[in-house]
This record gives sequence, structure tokens and C-alpha cells, in this order.
Amino acid sequence: MAAPQNEVAVAPHKFAVRALSAWFGDKRVLHDIHLNIAAHEATAVIGPSGCGKSTFIRCLNRMHELVASARIEGKIRLDGEDVYDGRIDPVLLRRRVGMVFQKPNPFPSMSVRENVLAGLRLTRSLPEEGGDEIVERALSRAALWDEVKDRLEDPGVGLSVGQQQRLCIARALAVNPDVLLMDEPCSALDPIATAKIEDLIHSLKQSYTIVIVTHSMQQAARVSDRTAFFLSGNLIEFSATDRIFTSPRDSRTEDYITGKFG
Amino acid sequence: MGKLHTDREYENELKKLRERLLRMAGRVEEMIADSVRSLVEQDVALARRTIEADHQVDRAEVEVDELCLVILAKRQPMASDLRFITLSLKMVTDLERIGDLAVNICERAIDLDQEAPLKPWVDVPRMANIVQAMVRDAIDAFVAGDAERAQSVVERDASLDELYTRVFRELLSTMLHDGSKVERGIHAQSVAKWLERMGDHATNLAEQVVFMVKGKDIRHLTTLEGSSPAASPAPSAAPAKGA
Repeated sequence: MAAPQNEVAVAPHKFAVRALSAWFGDKRVLHDIHLNIAAHEATAVIGPSGCGKSTFIRCLNRMHELVASARIEGKIRLDGEDVYDGRIDPVLLRRRVGMVFQKPNPFPSMSVRENVLAGLRLTRSLPEEGGDEIVERALSRAALWDEVKDRLEDPGVGLSVGQQQRLCIARALAVNPDVLLMDEPCSALDPIATAKIEDLIHSLKQSYTIVIVTHSMQQAARVSDRTAFFLSGNLIEFSATDRIFTSPRDSRTEDYITGKFG
Repeated sequence: MGKLHTDREYENELKKLRERLLRMAGRVEEMIADSVRSLVEQDVALARRTIEADHQVDRAEVEVDELCLVILAKRQPMASDLRFITLSLKMVTDLERIGDLAVNICERAIDLDQEAPLKPWVDVPRMANIVQAMVRDAIDAFVAGDAERAQSVVERDASLDELYTRVFRELLSTMLHDGSKVERGIHAQSVAKWLERMGDHATNLAEQVVFMVKGKDIRHLTTLEGSSPAASPAPSAAPAKGA
């Protein structure tokens, strides 16, 4: 298949998004998005409610299509591979591109340990042995191990909200993904739990590519390397985070981040 | 900058900061004129009043600093607001230094009160006029968000430097020919040097205004050029369609 000119030489990018549009029924929620997401960086997606930022990241791991009547046009390549190719198994894709949500959602009937392994069970890839090692590694990477190592058999929902969110991160990490999508991961958390997640994002970048949707401009400024500003389903500006928050190029970005909006 | 902040209290805080800075700058501008006038007209009372006025400028510096810190802590300003606050923190330092230099001139005016001037003051008042206009234009450019006007201030600094060199040469030759004029000559040379320094501070103000308006740092361009390719990495946004 012949690729358009600007699709070549995108090797260093984890995701290459080209001409992406998305709909819910007749309502178009994303307009012709072109964007590269660099590997081992944190990319923040900001914008007012309804701007399409959550839809955008849900397109990256094909969660958008789980909603009836939802569809997309355009191309998304992950390491050069078309995510929407008919041969791609969406379940395996979502293993490579894990997601953490706004509200921590550990499985209520499961222990801490079972929660961590849930993703592997779902894809039937839990090895006979070595479960303990996976649990410890995932919880350590999520900076939760020391706090829960003596309570692995306790229910996951018995943890504090901040711990539950890190448990969900551990669950996403247990399946060994490439990319971690985070949809407002701190909006239900207090400042200390938030700082723990932000600290975690810095260390996770070494091994994973992070895409984080956030309503907090300060959070985007703190954790991300690049920031994309969405407005009414359009990508308005995508720049180095240091640049966006000190000297954005577009006046619409400027108005949004300085609070001159609406 | 036409749009207002959604949070009106924030808008008021920024407005208050802008007003304080303007008042301080206006005061400093007067001090430049008054200091040189007190020298030329040998008006000791004016010199003393001007020295007194410097306390107001010092107080204004502290007030502006405090206001900036409160806004930084409370609002975590971004983009042009952030540049405005950091600019304000730097501007007060330059303004305060200009005030101090004007005080130096006033002190000299008091010292030289009884002495006949070497010759009528010509170039020094001219320098004072230029500096005063530079400060005024830097501040006007700040209020109007006018980068071009700020840029013109930066360019005018050269004429001030030129004038200073001329004054310096002239005084040097006067002193060389008549040893009895050395002390007064040195005083006059100091005054010219202080005005030249004020010009440097006015240039700083103007450069900061350019940064605030354009988000582009124009300081030390000649020394930094070539040493670093770019301040920020090239954006990796995909080429727009049709590009």
C-alpha cells in the first residue's frame, strides 16, 4: 500500500496519527487530527470539556469503537502498524496500549493480587508459575508494593483511593504494555496521592510511552514533555510543554491556559 | 490581550500590579529629570526632595515584589500572564536601580552646590532627556504591548553611549589642560556615567517588554548567536495536510 509522503520516516514516533476524524452517530467529535506521539515521553492532552480529548485517546487503543454508533476515519499507526487493520485483535492491542481511568476501578470482588493479574487472566496469558513475580514487579513499578505487600489477599477496594488508582496502574502494567493512556487519572485524588501519581509518571517514562488527558494545566505542565491543545474537536496547537505554557503560538491556546475562556 | 480573565478577582490583581508598576515608573522618570535639573540649576532643595522621593520608589519595589509572589502562589499564571509577572519582578529591579542612580546625581548636585560649573551643562541634560524618553517609551510600550516601540528604545541606547563617549573625551581633555579642574571634571564624568548606566537599565526594561509581547528573548543576541541552535526543540506536530 502506497503511503502518502508525510507518513514516511515516522520511526521514532510511537503513534503516528493522520487525518483522524471521529463520530458518535452523526455528531463529529474529532476533525482531521494530525499528530505524532514520541516514544518514552509523556504527552499531555488538554482542552475544555467536550473538546474531544478523551475521544482522541480512546481512538488510540480502539476503545472509541466500543460505543454503539461510534466510528472513525483516518489512520493511526502504532510502531508503523495500522491499529485499525482488520488483522489486528483489539484485545491484544489494548494489552499493548493500556488505559487508566478517571475513577479508580479495581474489580470489587478481587484481592489486590487478583486485580494485578486480572488483565493477564483476561487474555489467558497468565503463566502457570511466576504470578508472584509479576505481581511484585507490577506493584513495584506502580510504586505501591511497599504499601500493600502484606495485604495482597485483602480486597482491592479496601485500599485508599490513591492506592486504588496505583493498583489500576499496576494492573495495566502487569500485561507489559508499550503505552499507557491515562484519562484524568488524578481528578478523584487528593494532592498527596496526585503527587505520587505524577512522580510515578516521571519514572514510567523510562519504560513506557505515556499519554495523559488532564483538566489541570499545572499537571500537564509538570508531567509532560509535549502538550496538545484540543478545542471543539480540532487540534489547535501541539508543542513542547515548556513552550506551550510560556509562549503558546495560537491565541486560542493562550486564552485557554490563561483562563480567558468562555 | 483584549480578552478578560474569567476569574475577575485575578483580573483585578493583574490590573493592580500593572498600576503599581506604572506609578513607580512615573516616579522614576520624574527623578531622572529632577536630578539633572537640581545639578544644572544648583537647586539643593530639589536635590533633597528627589532623594526623599527615592524612598517611595524603594517601597514600591517591595510592594510589587510581594504582589507578584502572591499572584504566583495563588494563580500559577501561564503564558503571557506568566511572562508579565516575571517581567514585573525584573522591571522593578531596573526601575529601582535607575532611582538609585538619580539619587547619586542629586548627591553630587548637593556637593557641587557652591562650585562654579566647569562649563555650561549641555550634553548631560541632553543625555538625561534621552534616558527619560527611553524609560517613558519602555513603559508606554509595556502598557500598549507594543514590541516595536520597545525595540526602538533598545536602538536608542547607542546614541546615549555615543554622547557619553563625547562627554568623557571632552572632560578628559579639559582636565589634562588644567589640573585645578580635575575634581569637578571627575564629578561631571560620574554624572554622565550614571546617565549612561540608566540607559542600560532602560534598555533592559525594553528588552523585557519585547519578551513579554512576543515571548521571544532578544537579550544578548549577538553573544548567544551561534552557540545554541534553538531554545526549544522543534515541535513534532505532524505536517499539516497539504504541507
